[in-house]
Amino acid sequence: MWLTMPLLHRPKWKVVGEGLVEWLIRICGVSAVIFVFAIFFFVFWEAKGILFGEDRLDLWKFLTSEEWYPASESNPRYGASALIAGTASVTVLSMLIAVPFGLGAALFISEFCGPRLKEVLKITIELLAAIPSVVWGFIGITIMNQLVMRIFGAPIGLTVLNGAIILALMSVPIIVSIGEDALKAVPDSYREAAIGLGVTRWQMLYRVLLPAAKNGLLAAVLLGVGRAIGETMAVLMCTGHAVNNPFNTTFPFLHPLDSVRTLPATIAAELGETAQGSQHYQVLFVIGLLLFTITFVVNMTADLVVKGIKGK
Amino acid sequence: MGSSSVGLEFHSSNDPGAIRGGSDPQSAFRGVAVFTKVVPLMSGTTQYAITTEDLGLWYGDFQALKDVSVNIRHGIITGLIGPSGCGKTTFLRCCNRVNERYGNVTTTGTIHILGKNIYDPDVSLIELRKSVGIVFQRPNPLPISIYENVVFGLRIHSRWSDLKRSDLDMAVEQALREVRLWADLKDRLKEKATTLQLEQQQKLCIARLLPLKPDLILMDEPCSALDVEATTAVEELMLGLAGRFTIVIVTHNMAQARRVSDECIFMLLGEVVEHDRTEDLFLNPKNTKTADYIEGRYG
Repeated sequence: MWLTMPLLHRPKWKVVGEGLVEWLIRICGVSAVIFVFAIFFFVFWEAKGILFGEDRLDLWKFLTSEEWYPASESNPRYGASALIAGTASVTVLSMLIAVPFGLGAALFISEFCGPRLKEVLKITIELLAAIPSVVWGFIGITIMNQLVMRIFGAPIGLTVLNGAIILALMSVPIIVSIGEDALKAVPDSYREAAIGLGVTRWQMLYRVLLPAAKNGLLAAVLLGVGRAIGETMAVLMCTGHAVNNPFNTTFPFLHPLDSVRTLPATIAAELGETAQGSQHYQVLFVIGLLLFTITFVVNMTADLVVKGIKGK
Repeated sequence: MGSSSVGLEFHSSNDPGAIRGGSDPQSAFRGVAVFTKVVPLMSGTTQYAITTEDLGLWYGDFQALKDVSVNIRHGIITGLIGPSGCGKTTFLRCCNRVNERYGNVTTTGTIHILGKNIYDPDVSLIELRKSVGIVFQRPNPLPISIYENVVFGLRIHSRWSDLKRSDLDMAVEQALREVRLWADLKDRLKEKATTLQLEQQQKLCIARLLPLKPDLILMDEPCSALDVEATTAVEELMLGLAGRFTIVIVTHNMAQARRVSDECIFMLLGEVVEHDRTEDLFLNPKNTKTADYIEGRYG
């Protein structure tokens, strides 16, 4: 008796449909890459006139001059160094506040608290991350403004300090969640080994966990920095928006009670006021490129640092 | 451990009474009950390293140990055998209270180690774990250098100012010689311990206990991740350490229990079924359950 071969082909629509779905998913996958490049290209395109054209921007002057007079009729000057200093001052100060708090919270959640409290804290911190930045701006203008004036006796509360505190509150959730992931990734066998040898909790922390998770924790900090540099609305509302370099050469090198203006806040505030294609408009896009580059480098570094742990 | 003799010598005596002598400034410094100081007083009355009475242990609602009462003699190798889930690892981990890191563990009864009940409220877990070392199933060296792995215990149990470089060097050499790694690793001490072969990693995990001069070494299936040759090497190492240390080894491998242990404890469903000299347990088991397990009828 002959065995009959079962039918090996499938209906055409199934074959075609499957192929379609596969392509759809593939497009979704690569779309992120396409969008990133498209955005970079768009920003670059808008700025290319002033970067490479006839009447090109003096890049050295752009990066070092503190004179930002883009709206001057007779002699517009585009010196972004005060804006860069503003961004740097707010970022640095906010990280000084956020990093100890964020890493401390990550350590507490991952190593010290009970399972129930852990869930509560994680959800609360995620909620903190979900507050829109304009709401943070509100808090900065109303509550923090008053506090800074009252506590530090500043004539105006919209300062580097105000912006930094608000930014710190905004970056803490990122630092906590990434930092906690990094600590969770430390193999339990390391903890057991150390406990078996009789470590105290603190010894466990600084002899085992911090060395083992240092890359992940560094990545958490860098992502916090990325968040702080790119933040626009809250900083625009909280820092007073005055072109001013808060750094100086004498101790403590930074005046936290100065008002400043940051790079992203400048773009947000001025882009709507410029004529499309004008010099001012194009310079704002150069600032955009600058920001894009900075955050790209910071995030890339964070990514490479994280890969560093997994590669080993 | 005296500051002057950090890691310089290991016990070389079979007599439990002679093991713990000198004063211990370190534990006095920590301001806790001195676990090791109590021992010489009590150990005159016992030849047992571990004595448990009606030890019961629950993980939540699940009872993992039931009325375990055993006397484990000092200075020999005792094997713990039994099918999976019989509680042998749980019992082992009780002996230096490592299993308390999971929050839902309840323990009843007593465990006396060298005469001291380790569940007394004045016992310091840190000192307990210093004197009762544990080797885990999978080699788990810390992701630091070989050298730092060996001196890790000294570093955490001594004040920074008490540690001299030369003492540390000596402790590393002595510990690595003891586990027969010195010849292979003496030029690679700065390398990361996690890059070693599994066999070397497991030996290193034993070596890092030695500078602390533990009284007991607990081993939780120390060879289950190793190949045949590595297993033989680790077994030889254990036989070399026996006499100076009390070793309790959990194993799935009955042939291994036969090869290395002097006494054997057979456990089933959280209870001790039989405890006897290894030859007697394997050749003339008194309990039919033991006999059935040894003959491979279940498990």
